[in-house]
Amino acid sequence: MRFDELGLRNRRAVPMASLPLESVEAFRRTALDAVEAGWRVAAFFGMPSDHGATALVMLLAHDQRGELGATTTTVTGAYPALTPDCPQVHYFEREIAEQCAILPQGHPCLKPVRRHAPDQGPPGTAQAGQAPPAHPFNQSEREDVHEVAVGPVHAGIIEPGHFRHRAQGEEILGLEIALGYQHRGVERLLEQVDRLRSVLIAESIAGDTVIGHAEAHCSALEALARSRKTPRAQAIRGLALELERLANHLGDLGAIANDVAYQPAAAYFGRMRGECLNLLLMLSGNRYGRGLVRPGGVRIDLPPEMAAEMIERLDRLRAEVGPVASLMLDSASVQARLDGIGVLTSGQCLELGIVGPPARACEIARDVRQDHPYGLFRFAYIPVATAWAGDVLARTLVRRLEVQRSLDFVIEQLAGIPRGAVRVECAGLHPEEFVAALSEGWRGQILHVVITDAAGGIRRHKVIDPSFHNWSALAAVMPGNQISDFPLCNKSFNLSYAGHDL
Amino acid sequence: MLEYLRTRKGQGTRTLPVADQEAALPARFRGRLVFDDRRCTGGCAACRAQPPAAPLVRLEADGPRLDLGSSLFAPEEAEACPEGAIRFTTDHRMAVRGREDLGTRRGELQLARELEGESRRLFGRSLRLRSVSAGSCNGCEAELVALGNVVFDLARFGVQFVASPRHADALVLTGSVSLNMRDALYATYDAIPDPRLVIVVGACAISGGPFRGSPQVGNGVPPDLPVDLWIPGCPPHPLTILDGLLRLLGRLPRARGARAPEASA
Repeated sequence: MRFDELGLRNRRAVPMASLPLESVEAFRRTALDAVEAGWRVAAFFGMPSDHGATALVMLLAHDQRGELGATTTTVTGAYPALTPDCPQVHYFEREIAEQCAILPQGHPCLKPVRRHAPDQGPPGTAQAGQAPPAHPFNQSEREDVHEVAVGPVHAGIIEPGHFRHRAQGEEILGLEIALGYQHRGVERLLEQVDRLRSVLIAESIAGDTVIGHAEAHCSALEALARSRKTPRAQAIRGLALELERLANHLGDLGAIANDVAYQPAAAYFGRMRGECLNLLLMLSGNRYGRGLVRPGGVRIDLPPEMAAEMIERLDRLRAEVGPVASLMLDSASVQARLDGIGVLTSGQCLELGIVGPPARACEIARDVRQDHPYGLFRFAYIPVATAWAGDVLARTLVRRLEVQRSLDFVIEQLAGIPRGAVRVECAGLHPEEFVAALSEGWRGQILHVVITDAAGGIRRHKVIDPSFHNWSALAAVMPGNQISDFPLCNKSFNLSYAGHDL
Repeated sequence: MLEYLRTRKGQGTRTLPVADQEAALPARFRGRLVFDDRRCTGGCAACRAQPPAAPLVRLEADGPRLDLGSSLFAPEEAEACPEGAIRFTTDHRMAVRGREDLGTRRGELQLARELEGESRRLFGRSLRLRSVSAGSCNGCEAELVALGNVVFDLARFGVQFVASPRHADALVLTGSVSLNMRDALYATYDAIPDPRLVIVVGACAISGGPFRGSPQVGNGVPPDLPVDLWIPGCPPHPLTILDGLLRLLGRLPRARGARAPEASA
């Protein structure tokens, strides 16, 4: 199974007309054959087409070969669902049903994804502003089964989402996750607003992944405008992305320590997270890196004296991280709390299309920086961190390893940033083209697909945060665990509500 | 245990002292905006075209007026002025008591005054907060969480986030108030016993932020919730939030060497 004639690669734009337009039956065949041959469904979405029809677009990724493939079809009203034959697309088809108001026939569970009126349907279907219906939860008839409802307002300072546990005593039988409380209409806004505002919205898709989303968004636009970033701009973007990863992984290590009541590591890691945010603040003027990544490169330079100060501060951090991580993870009581909890199998990972650290914690070495290298990562290499047990401990160990490797990488790269300008022009977009920009954010694969219209405007801007793939994993690991382990499992994935809800 | 003690000693004490003065923030930090009316030519095309995303500048009869509640603190907002009249300072202090106080002619702000009378007596030494996140990006929430770390250590002032609205004195709202969170926001507010405060944090909750105008959001705090403290930023620096809360409680230590608390207002 190959898509060679398409010439599609990460961040390379191709004419929309070069994508195959197949009959629904041929489209299904292509998709199922590809998945059978080891391709992964990276995106599957719909958009309005001519004469009230809906165009369906599928983007496939072959991670071992670093290749991308795509195919399209058009449907009206309904089509036979792929999910029964290809579970990977179950969530994509739920999203298509909700966004485009079309019916994937035979889908086993067409519940809402975000609870909003269709906004990618044929003209006339949009009814934004209407109150969405309540989520239809699974119910149990058994008398010994009770339900525990959590959210949307949680006990801590947490984004809104609803978790419905079905439990027998303390044991969880099933978890259903209802999201959409953070839905702000991001994709529609990105299709409608001007260029300057769109990057500010991209920075606000997930507030802890400002660099990741802004970088993927800008790279997609740059590919469509044939704007070539300088090596210096690529280096600064890559460094900022790794600083973002460091801040969040350190924060997660602290949060996991906090959830098992190991206070020293929680306090120390919490402070170290802030040290990384303060480096982003020094560079960009904002603790999360807002105002740095812009179409054509970066808005502001990283001068040599700042690089020197960053190296000094990161060296100090590197010396502190090791002992604190050992203190926490060598402690028998911490190990006992993390070991064997919330186990995700590699089979579940492949079936559900899981990405990022949760996949790498099951020994599935998916990492966009390695598989579909871009920018700085084409010239410099970060070894992929994996673990094998798939439990909370494995996800913690993957983060610890990634922290060490990113620290080494950033310190090394800061010493040799290429010379040159930091920003070049990124003007008009080529009309009727398709581009997919993948990036490895700290949670996993970030994807922005942009399709332009005949006038060079944006016809469709599809955003996929790694959380869109990975919330299914949290629901999959809970059965058999205790209710009291839910916060810990949740923290070990630390998924974004905003990134999912858009 | 020895290993723990050794690590603990190496960590030292990291808590930041807080006072009514500028903190040592990096030169590029985008804090309070100022407006230099001597440079302004009085409403040229650049202002009429509107800077990005939010109407940062309002043109009024007697000249332009900055609205910090609409600012996303994006560098382009200042760069949009061809005369260079809009500039970011590194001052983190921006919290105010009234929505109109976020409007400014020259960048001077009437910073938040402390609570009066019974409220001051009730909340001054112990304030319990209930966070509601509604249509945000999780940036403001991350900074609220950061207030609890050892550096900012909100708890040293007797302020804490609590799990139940029944135990809370104040609602802290973040986010543009998505349609799907409207009911939950009101239910949480109604569950907080009187007397209660409402604290609004970040550009989204003040004015809708980057999502302003989307049919899926309500452009921030609904007009029927009475707001006691407005904290601008995208997201606000933890020191900005801390400064606002301490001003409200009348607990902000004076600047070293300052004579009166009003000296830097």
